[in-house]
Amino acid sequence: MIRPDADVLLEISGLHARVEDKAILKGVNLTLRSGEIHAVMGRNGSGKSTLSKVLAGHPAYTVTAGTVSYRGQNLLELSPEERARVGVFLGFQYPVEIPGVSNLEFLRVATNARRVQLGQEELDTFAFEDLVRERLKVVQMDPAFLDRSVNEGFSGGEKKRNEILQMALLEPLVAILDETDSGLDIDALRIVAAGVSQLATADTATLLITHYQRLLEAITPDFVHVMAAGRILRTGGRELALELEERGYDWVDQELAALELG
Amino acid sequence: MTTAASVGDLVSQPYKYGFVTDIETEKIAKGLSEDVVRLISSKKDEPAFLLEFRLRAYRQWLQMETPDWAALGYPQIDFQNIIYYAAPKQRDKKASLDEVDPKLLETFDKLGIPLSEQKRLTNVAVDAVFDSVSIATTYKEKLAEHGVIFCSISEAVKEHPELIERYLGTVVPSNDNYYSALNSAVFSDGSFVFIPKGVECPMELSTYFRINSGDTGQFERTLIVAEEGASVSYLEGCTAPMFDTNQLHAAVVELVVLDDASIKYSTVQNWYAGDENGVGGIYNFVTKRGHCRGDRSKISWTQVETGSAITWKYPSCVLQGADSVGEFYSVALTNNHQQADTGSKMVHVGPRTRSTIVSKGISAGHSANSYRGLVQIGPKAVGARNYSQCDSMLIGDQAAANTYPYIRSQQPLASVEHEASTCRMSEDQLFYLQSRGIAFEEAVSMMVSGFCRDVFNQLPMEFAAEADKLLALKLEGSVG
Repeated sequence: MIRPDADVLLEISGLHARVEDKAILKGVNLTLRSGEIHAVMGRNGSGKSTLSKVLAGHPAYTVTAGTVSYRGQNLLELSPEERARVGVFLGFQYPVEIPGVSNLEFLRVATNARRVQLGQEELDTFAFEDLVRERLKVVQMDPAFLDRSVNEGFSGGEKKRNEILQMALLEPLVAILDETDSGLDIDALRIVAAGVSQLATADTATLLITHYQRLLEAITPDFVHVMAAGRILRTGGRELALELEERGYDWVDQELAALELG
Repeated sequence: MTTAASVGDLVSQPYKYGFVTDIETEKIAKGLSEDVVRLISSKKDEPAFLLEFRLRAYRQWLQMETPDWAALGYPQIDFQNIIYYAAPKQRDKKASLDEVDPKLLETFDKLGIPLSEQKRLTNVAVDAVFDSVSIATTYKEKLAEHGVIFCSISEAVKEHPELIERYLGTVVPSNDNYYSALNSAVFSDGSFVFIPKGVECPMELSTYFRINSGDTGQFERTLIVAEEGASVSYLEGCTAPMFDTNQLHAAVVELVVLDDASIKYSTVQNWYAGDENGVGGIYNFVTKRGHCRGDRSKISWTQVETGSAITWKYPSCVLQGADSVGEFYSVALTNNHQQADTGSKMVHVGPRTRSTIVSKGISAGHSANSYRGLVQIGPKAVGARNYSQCDSMLIGDQAAANTYPYIRSQQPLASVEHEASTCRMSEDQLFYLQSRGIAFEEAVSMMVSGFCRDVFNQLPMEFAAEADKLLALKLEGSVG
């Protein structure tokens, strides 16, 4: 939903970042206002996953230039846990397994960390179980997954549902979903997409990072950005995704080559 | 990055127990000889049988060689450069705590083990050992009402020589190994526990070992006997100051359980581990063994090993009585340049004996952590069963984990199972937890306690939380 007067939640400007000695982001500009759904598309290696990791504060990435402001606050100054607590959420492309750590306990500690930040009361185990059972419905997840270790032995689809469950519990203002559609069959994709749509409200902004446009059939974006060589090459509406689907990414290469020559 | 900065802050966490108590100490000259053995025995005013026991052990020790089969590397120990007896100066053991040097009480206060009447732990009786001597034992009278004897071994030699003579050295013979022979020759102090027939010890018993002097070895000796149907839970804790030289700690612990009796022996070992470059720290060479003499008897070892530069330790059970049970639950954590070679031996002698080994090794920094265990099933152990599980967790990419399980069975109607796994705590796992609002330290602690849960569940309640915190503290700064 586009409203020109909506609050700016996240403002990325001139963002450069590298991993080890390799420069990956080379000047990303992007503004997310409340109520908006953005999609970032691009080839593998275009820098889209790096963008999501940098926004979440992954220690392997170093920001070399540019700024990221979240509701007027310098996001880059915050530790990964602080970013999560203030309401920035990253849904991982490959959620890791954490053997021995109970999923339920993990979800409770995470939820309480966010609640404390919001000045809300921490939930004890009983109150939390009530909450989590209600939120499980968002992704139609089997409560049995709560008793297992975090993501351990989960199928690809179950891991992604667990990501969206976390999002439902943490209620972020900015949700960045990195290839949430990858590894999902049609049914799982539908459920996950419905969950994301349900959680995208007038107060939140969503950034979908995706390679294919099939996710965008289930969640209609307000903006589509095409990323290549570490920056956003073109921005458009829904139709840009369709154009990509039809013409492939080759024209992006040509456009990029022209840009670099110029 | 913010994460890197916080890691830096955490690395500099000092060892909390590294202080030295400034107290006048009576020490004998460095070095070991037959005269030194006689001197120790005479200082303790020991009966003839004990002097004989020491001298025999000393002569055996002279004939033996240092064991070199463990996966440990360290320079040869100069046994003539160690002081074998050091005691804070005070008259004989005090009748009441009021007479104990306040500096000593203060030391134990600082270590979180208050001994004075007003402050002492309500449900735990404590024997406090400082260098070579026991300085105080709490709740002795109350325990005596139940017929339980809990005192220092030196005191037991005086008060109950018949029990000492009957049991000492019967589980770990002095010539069992190099360090047990050394200990038998020069042992200084330790605890003695005797639970008479049918008595369930009314409170937790605990001994706290403190090394204070820099050039002194500590050779503690502990003996616990549970008669028919008796039971006790015992906990041992240890710390030492930070010195840049290595100190030797060579203990012997013997447990005896008769029919239907049980002993639960827990250790939280936090000796000084040396600095981040591996300088200093305790060399911990320990022989711990329990003997299930009676039918349906049970011994359970639980250990949380976090300290020492070198750990060489294999708490074991000899399961002689029919249907007797041996258990070993261990968490061994090594960081920086620590080395640990630890595990258990379960020797099944009697029929239908059962044993369980659960070992969790965590190696961080440049450390090396090995599990070494033996499950032996003798010809008479019909229907014996063993289950062993050895899990290793690696943190960072410089640490090593090894598992050396030995299984020997001479009984076809026995079953032995062994499972092993290795995992690695990765930056990505930590980042995942952090990206959900969980602080770095809490994330490490969640993963480690998840990994160790099977063992922590076995610790007495008061100490499980302590152990959890201790591990988190030891690991801070080792990840990322």
